[in-house]
This record gives sequence, C-alpha cells and structure tokens, in this order.
Amino acid sequence: MTMNSVAQYFSDIFKAIRSLWKGLMVTGYYFVHPKQIVTQQYPENRKTLEMFDRFKGEVILVHDTDNTHKCNGCGICQLNCPNGSIEIITDSAVNEDGKSERIIDKHIYHLSMCTFCGLCVKSCPSNALAFSQEFEHAVFDRQKLTKVLNQPGSKIKKEPKVPKPAPAPAPTPVTEEVPNPAN
Amino acid sequence: MPFNIYDFSTTTKAVDEFLKANMSPTWAFITELTIVGLVFLIFYAIVGLYLVYAERKVCAFMQNRVGPNRVGKWGLFQTIADLIKLLMKELITIKKADKLLYNVAPFIVIIASFMAIAAIPFAKGLHAVDFNIGVFYMMAVSSIGVVGILIAGWSSNSKYSLIGAMRSGAQVVSYELSVGLALVSVVIFSGSMQLSTIVESQANGWWIFKGHLPAIVAFFMFLIASTAEINRGPFDLAEAESELTAGFHTEYSGIKFAFFFLSEFMNMFIVASLAATVFLGGWMPLHIGNLEAFNRIMDFIPPIFWYFGKTIFVIYLIMWFKWTFPRLRIDQLLNLEWKYLLPINLVNTLLIAFLVLMGWYFK
Repeated sequence: MTMNSVAQYFSDIFKAIRSLWKGLMVTGYYFVHPKQIVTQQYPENRKTLEMFDRFKGEVILVHDTDNTHKCNGCGICQLNCPNGSIEIITDSAVNEDGKSERIIDKHIYHLSMCTFCGLCVKSCPSNALAFSQEFEHAVFDRQKLTKVLNQPGSKIKKEPKVPKPAPAPAPTPVTEEVPNPAN
Repeated sequence: MPFNIYDFSTTTKAVDEFLKANMSPTWAFITELTIVGLVFLIFYAIVGLYLVYAERKVCAFMQNRVGPNRVGKWGLFQTIADLIKLLMKELITIKKADKLLYNVAPFIVIIASFMAIAAIPFAKGLHAVDFNIGVFYMMAVSSIGVVGILIAGWSSNSKYSLIGAMRSGAQVVSYELSVGLALVSVVIFSGSMQLSTIVESQANGWWIFKGHLPAIVAFFMFLIASTAEINRGPFDLAEAESELTAGFHTEYSGIKFAFFFLSEFMNMFIVASLAATVFLGGWMPLHIGNLEAFNRIMDFIPPIFWYFGKTIFVIYLIMWFKWTFPRLRIDQLLNLEWKYLLPINLVNTLLIAFLVLMGWYFK
C-alpha cells in the first residue's frame, strides 16, 4: 500500500461525507420550509383552481360570442384521429353567391375513446379545434361522453372578403410565408 | 397509588406490593408479567402506527408534498385506517410454500423486536427487565429478526423473496460487527453493560459529549451500521422495490404483511432508543458540568420526555438519511462495511480504550 492510496482512502471518506451533507441540506431545507409545498389540494381549491395553458382537457370547437365557429367540415380531424373518436357529418347549403357549399352538420366527439394525443387540434387547417381545460369528465351514463361539438344553431364564421394578394414574384425564398388571408 | 413523574419506581413498587398482598407470589408474578406484556403490546401498536405516519409525513415534507391529510386532522388516523384495511384483507397461501415456516416467519420477526423493547429504560424506574448484560442482550435479541427474514424468504417459494432474504442475511451479518463495536465503545467508557448503569453514568454529561471525538465517531458509526441492520434505506436492498418488488415479504398479504411492516418500524424505534440511551444519556436530562442553575432547570423536565425527545431526534435522523440517500448496490454495501466502517470502528475502539486507560475523558 503506497502513501498515495492511503491518502486516497481518507480523501474518499471526506469527499463522501461532504457530498452526503450536501444532499442532507437539500432535503433538510425542504423539511423546514413547508411553504414551498407544490401539491394542490384539489377538491378544496376547486373554485380557484386554474389549469395551465397547455393542459389537454377535452377537444372543443371554439365558438365566438355570436355563435360562429371556423369549422368547414373538411374532415381532416376525423382522418387524423388514430382511434376514431371524431365523426364528421356534413351538409350542404347555398351561399350568397348562389353556389352550393359544404357546411358542418354535426361534429361528433367520443370523449370515451379519446387519448388526448392532440392530432386533431394540430392538423385542423382552419384552427377550429382547441383543448379546453375542463378535466372533471366522470359521468354516470356512458352516452354522455359522446358529444356534439358544434352548438345548435351555430354557423361558420364568414371571413370578410379579402382581395387576393397579388401573386408574389416567382423566385422568393422558401422561408418567407405568404400572409394567411384567414387571419 | 403514589405517582411521581420523575421516578416511576414508587408506582411500580406500589403495584407490586398491592398484588403481593392480595394473592400468592406466583400469581402476583404472573399478573405482573401479564400487565407488562399488555402495556408493551399496546405501546408497540401505537408507536408502530405513528412511526409509519411520521415516516410518511417526514418523507412528504422532504419531497415538497403534503403527505397523508385526509383521515382526521392532519391525517392523524390514516395509519389506523390502513391497519383496519390490512386486518380485513385476505391471507393468501402460496402454492408449494412451506406452510409452517411461512406462517411462523412474521411472528419470529415481531417477537425479536418485542423482546428487545423489554430491556429499554424508558424513564427512572420504568424499565421492564434490567439485565446486567443489557447491551449484549439487545444485540443478541435484535439479530434474531434476521432468522425470521431468512425463513420468510425461503419458505415463500419465490425468487424475489429468496434473493431479498439472502441479501438481508449478508447485510445484517456484516453490519452486526460495526453495531457491536460502536456499542462496545460506550461499554468501555461506562465500564458496564447494564443499561441503567450506563444511563446513570451520564448524569454529569452524555457520552457523546464526554467522550470527545471518538464518541461522536462511534455514534455515527452506530447510526450507519444500525440503519443497515434494520434494513432501512439507503440500505434497503433486502426489499429493493424497483428490482425485487418487495424482497422477503413479497408473498405476504394482510396482517402478516402488517407484522413485517410494523416490526420494521419498531426495529427503527429500538435502534433509535438504544442510540439515545447509550450515547445521548437515555432519560437523563442534559447536564453541563457545574452549571447548577442550568442543571436544575433541565431536571424540571420529566425523564420520560427526555427519553422520547432524544429517541424522536434519532428517528428523525434515520428518516432523513432514508429520504435523502439513494440505495446502495450490494458490492458498495459490503465495501462500506468491510473497507470503511469496520477498520475505522476498530481503530476508534482502540483509541477509546487508550483514552479510558489514561483517564483522558470527562469523568
């Protein structure tokens, strides 16, 4: 046993004590600071509870105050849903130009089958879908988990006619985005 | 009936005399044994349940959580509810298990810890059996528990149980040495193995203060080694949840599981009270040299509170270790014992023997 290994032996002991003490200080600090507890007391704080922005509660069709939504019934959400939670029933209506147009009749959402993956919200081309922050989904009747997302009497939001932007000069860089007339 | 919270021997003597006056000595003896047994049984259950509660609360606070808080105020009755649940659960019998040993194992474990309680001095005169070899007895009895663990592991007819029991066996046998040597250091200081004498010898100061650095080293050695001996984290390889589901008590359910669980916590209590008794003065109040006024004030606090205060402090230390340190690997565990704790302990014991021989400690 050389001198070096003896020194190593004792330095190991002191290093171990130092690092263990560091850990003890962290837990000891939390122990004497109960104000730092992060747990939410759920049923008690129900009135004040605010879920965070990105919480995936359930899928909703966003309605404006004048009972309009942006869904045009394209069915992309239905195609994208991996477990068939969404069914789109479309109808046709005649618009002011006298042309027949596809409108949504029923946007059916089976909450009982939804895995909250968010593919429908992501893939919606007109940003009609969103996640609500509602999470108390328990019901006594399974039928209640099948929801019609478009409210009765709701209509598709009519975008003000924007004149089409002049076609961009041909060799534009790919990164530049064409302004979306919908927004 | 005379009652003095500073000295329970008057009460116990009065009970003894009352019984002897009313029945034959044999029956008086049997009645006394029954009373002591019942008192310990109730004490065991209450302390066990509330240690589980304390553990959950301490753990929760250390992890920034709230812990049990639904059953009763601050969740005080949570563990009682748990016990009722466990009592009502089915006792599953394992196919091809060794029926006799499988059923006996939880009792061996619980009896071992039950026997160890008997020798603990709780307060002046509150001491079931005062052996003249108290320290030795405690060590001997507390190591019976590992027999129960090995039997439980072997008889369950399960890989997890057997591996857990084997680990536990290797661990307890190794760490027994360090526990013994750490206790021997105080035996050298006080010159006695009798726990009541050890407590009396600390009337003018606790051994951890009187014995300089070697006593402090011995105290921490005892804490580490006894934590390993009672199979608690960070040395809980015997029931390493992540790899062995629950180790030796994987196949147990209902009240038999509760026995293992309870005895684990009682072992922690016994180890903590042993540490408090031999190193921190047991029920002896904190006395500093010749500070008469200070010593008077300290004497005013009843010994039973001193005893429980110190024990709870040591229990907190053990819990603090458990919820801070990650579990050791089996090779690290044996390395720690054979390469670090044992050599340091041997040198420390030698040093203490030398100190005592030269009289270089506070007498």
